[in-house]
Amino acid sequence: MQNGNLNTIWDILGTVPDPEIPVISVVELGVIRNVEFIENEYVISVTPTYSGCPAVKTFQDDIKTQLKANNINNFKIKIVYKPAWTTNWMTKKTKKKLKEYGISPPEDIAQCPQCNSTNIELISEFGATACKSLYKCSDCLEPFEHFKCI
Amino acid sequence: MQDLEKYILRIADSTLIISHRLSEWCSKGPTLEEDIALANISLDLLGRANALLEYSAKINGNKTANDLAFRRDDREFYNFQLCEQENGHFGDTIIRQFLYDCFSLLFFQELSKSKDETLSAISIKSLKEIKYHLRHTHNWVIRLGDGTETSNQKIQESLNKIWKFTGEFFETDDVDKKIIENKIGVDNKKLKKDWDSLVDKVLTEAKLKKPEDKDMITGSKEGIHTGLLENILSEMQCLPRAYPDAKW
Repeated sequence: MQNGNLNTIWDILGTVPDPEIPVISVVELGVIRNVEFIENEYVISVTPTYSGCPAVKTFQDDIKTQLKANNINNFKIKIVYKPAWTTNWMTKKTKKKLKEYGISPPEDIAQCPQCNSTNIELISEFGATACKSLYKCSDCLEPFEHFKCI
Repeated sequence: MQDLEKYILRIADSTLIISHRLSEWCSKGPTLEEDIALANISLDLLGRANALLEYSAKINGNKTANDLAFRRDDREFYNFQLCEQENGHFGDTIIRQFLYDCFSLLFFQELSKSKDETLSAISIKSLKEIKYHLRHTHNWVIRLGDGTETSNQKIQESLNKIWKFTGEFFETDDVDKKIIENKIGVDNKKLKKDWDSLVDKVLTEAKLKKPEDKDMITGSKEGIHTGLLENILSEMQCLPRAYPDAKW
């Protein structure tokens, strides 16, 4: 019974999109570290991606909204810092989704998501969000974002 | 105030104030990419400051992180005076940030070994970010130092001007000593040698001369500041000062 409930919570969390990259969910992003049922309450452990990522507050609000929309009101969100979030937690499937969305996934070598070329040029280590850097493909000349490895 | 609460507050304040200074570059960066870079670094620092302020507030028990950021006067802030120095021109900001990043790298490496689990966790997370902040400022110091005659001269002046504020990185007082004895805190004095060699290496590559350690500024551990902190606070705290009951 209890396990069944926990799976339901994971399923609901799987429908909450990342506020900046809506093609992946907060579960796929790897920020949901644990879901427990303690004293009649679901405890959802969440870890921030980058310390200052403004999306952290937004996805907590989105999680609350989504759980309430599914008639789950007995929960609390706990922020955990350990272990520190890493892009290694993203699965191959998630990385593929990022690439299809036009973002070079967090691999050691960035790759143009349009033409797969690795003949690329770094424009800036800092992009429109904390997690991405900016590149330009020297073959197809398209600029693109690369999800930084941390 | 408890010793640990104060110890954490000092780390948080430096992080918060230098973050605020960097945020002042937003929309004024020399290029769009650099504008975004400085704002990104500022945000990382703000997030780190928030985590530390929340922890300090938790130990206090009667305050929130917002109370600590927005309801203290300059004499109750303990940030390094380096962090409150003006942005000046781009080279001034880069040098200030580079010296602070070098310190942060060494400091948080040590703090990550703390017996205090929260401080250790925040440090491990921060280190991931400090490494690319430092890569960025390090690259700029070399570009500007080993650039044109003018850029070299300008950034050398920036370095000479800010150097006297770096002594505070390596001070310890009675509060620190107790926290160090409990294996929670870092002995900053022991960081000086590694910091010197880290900084030396980059300055040499950048064809810059390291200034001498003389007439070093001190006082921030007691809440003593240059007048510049008050200017920052009057802007940063203007909303809670005008509307004390305002809520997010």
